[in-house]
Amino acid sequence: MSSTTTAGLRGGGRPGGELLLEVRDLHTQFATAAGTVRAVDGVSFGVPAGASLGIVGESGSGKSVTSLSIMRLVEPPGRVVSGEVRFKGRDLVALSEPEVRAIRGKEICLVFQDPMSSLNPVYTVGWQVAEIVRAHHKIGRRQAMQRVVELFTMVGIPAPERRVHEYPHKLSGGMRQRVMIAMALANEPDLLILDEPTTALDVTIQAQILDLVRELRSRVNTAVLMITHDIGVVAEMCDEVVVMYGGKVMEHGSVSQVSESPKHPYTVGLVSSIPTLEMRGQRLTTIGGAVPNPLRMPPGCPFQPRCPHAMEVCSTMPPQFEVDRGRAVACWLYQEGPAQ
Amino acid sequence: MTDTRSPAVPAGAEQDPLLEVRRLKTYFPVRGGGLQRQHSAVRAVDDVSFTIRRGETFGLVGESGCGKSTLGRTIVRLEKPTAGEVVFDGQDLLAQKASNLKRLRRDLQVIFQDPHGSLDPRMKVRDLIGEGLLVAGELSRSERDARVEELVEIVGLRREHLNRFAHEFSGGQRQRIGIARALAVRPKFVLCDEPVSALDMSVQSSVLNLLTDLQNEFGLTYLFIAHDLAVVGYLSDRVGVMYLGKLVELAPTTDLYADPRMPYTQALLSAIPGVGKDKRERIVLQGEVPSPLSPPSGCRFRTRCWRAEQICAAEEPVLREIRPDHWAACHFAETV
Repeated sequence: MSSTTTAGLRGGGRPGGELLLEVRDLHTQFATAAGTVRAVDGVSFGVPAGASLGIVGESGSGKSVTSLSIMRLVEPPGRVVSGEVRFKGRDLVALSEPEVRAIRGKEICLVFQDPMSSLNPVYTVGWQVAEIVRAHHKIGRRQAMQRVVELFTMVGIPAPERRVHEYPHKLSGGMRQRVMIAMALANEPDLLILDEPTTALDVTIQAQILDLVRELRSRVNTAVLMITHDIGVVAEMCDEVVVMYGGKVMEHGSVSQVSESPKHPYTVGLVSSIPTLEMRGQRLTTIGGAVPNPLRMPPGCPFQPRCPHAMEVCSTMPPQFEVDRGRAVACWLYQEGPAQ
Repeated sequence: MTDTRSPAVPAGAEQDPLLEVRRLKTYFPVRGGGLQRQHSAVRAVDDVSFTIRRGETFGLVGESGCGKSTLGRTIVRLEKPTAGEVVFDGQDLLAQKASNLKRLRRDLQVIFQDPHGSLDPRMKVRDLIGEGLLVAGELSRSERDARVEELVEIVGLRREHLNRFAHEFSGGQRQRIGIARALAVRPKFVLCDEPVSALDMSVQSSVLNLLTDLQNEFGLTYLFIAHDLAVVGYLSDRVGVMYLGKLVELAPTTDLYADPRMPYTQALLSAIPGVGKDKRERIVLQGEVPSPLSPPSGCRFRTRCWRAEQICAAEEPVLREIRPDHWAACHFAETV
């Protein structure tokens, strides 16, 4: 049987790796006056301990709502309608708020795209990081501040003893993102979720931050879930990648498999439409049409209205067909996958 | 080889120039204190000279705050320059009187980054595209309508779209409206300031294809400003690199990407995250861009440069031609 939801996703990456995080058939919806938006519509994937998974998608693909759902940070009118988020065997969706609080910021941490709006402008950055440390450990202010100085040193903030007393507006975008990472690492989490961590940064600062995350991973063995629109960033940082479109997973596999030989028509279009130096003088491949309105999603496969291979059967959402070891594609073209 | 401190004849001036930028400076005054006196200035563009050739796409890259957008905006006179000249088709744009400038401006149009903020929400697409023609005042109403209907199809939209408002369109379609608006007055030169960076990946490529088609069809010259080095590499014939208000390197695209001669360019290009790219040694720069209020003496990049020596602090490197058509501002450009 080749159509499975998660079986194909377990084997990839690290053989025998225990799943730290497992998202099963997650549905998150927003009830708006104009109708229900199915932002996340049946998403499943897993992250083994210490591994790195990238979620790639365009605006409206549901990638950020997926990360918020994992953290239980979806606010009304949105809510997780069904599905499971198993973290170390416990279903986060079913936990009480105090139980989630004990995990959030300690075992799972989230770094957002925009560090300015995630930091409180009226407290010093040192105070804010110390608050996280003290939320999960019984230590005094002074000790907490010492820990913050250590953390700032670890993430490469120059003159940390001085920087802890500064307010967020005094720091540059790259430095603020380092503060956010220091905050996320304060309690050495098992899972670090990075939601577009470098999108607001310049390319040389992006390189610094990615370098930092890589170095820290090798030191503290944190698993990383990286959410981004940039396949290049995923290629640099992750072992595996999930491609999302219209709230659904289109394709899943190792980064080299997906970026070098994409299978889903959407991924094929996406990867081949990236302008490169080698493409100079040639026309770029384009995907016709636009990202569908989330209120008026087509039935079945969300990519179907733009797909060059659309067939009648596409009005039913295909399951994940396993096309290779650890490689799954949600497209009817792969119904007779080679794995059969 | 130029050995004057700043060459009066800018880089690449020899071949059929459409636009020459000569020693251009744009400073923004910083005021403060009780009497709001000017006490310093942000040197956003600081003594920049280069030439854009007729029919080419000139790419301009650099990180935020390097002055690339200010340079572009100064060229089309959306910013007031502090000093220097911009010679367009033989005429100095900065010395023109208002009446003449209005006529000249038709030749220089702009495509902006933000397809949401740059279109008036209360105007229909027909009026948005036709506004430039109306201001020019040369065509009758029916002539204008005919031209607008032609344009809307050229940029890949349909005639029935003309009676709608901008908010009814997706980002990609809005950018097409912006392009039609820029082309309505038949410009020779178009400043494209981050035209695709607000668009989704799957829409970017179709807008880039459109820009290429329009260039071929109408013989346009582009100044293409973007922070995305892959997009600039794909589209541009030549690329200029800016750092802290200075043009630090300028060369044909393939030459620049294959063999950058200025350390900053090397670091910038090595930082592009790539799919299946040969993992060339990544240069991770230390520190951040210094404040443009008080840039370092000598070479402005020296505070982050791994090759910096004493001469770099003492003497500002001149943008010089280190091999045919390849210009770099570095004391060690030959050996870096």
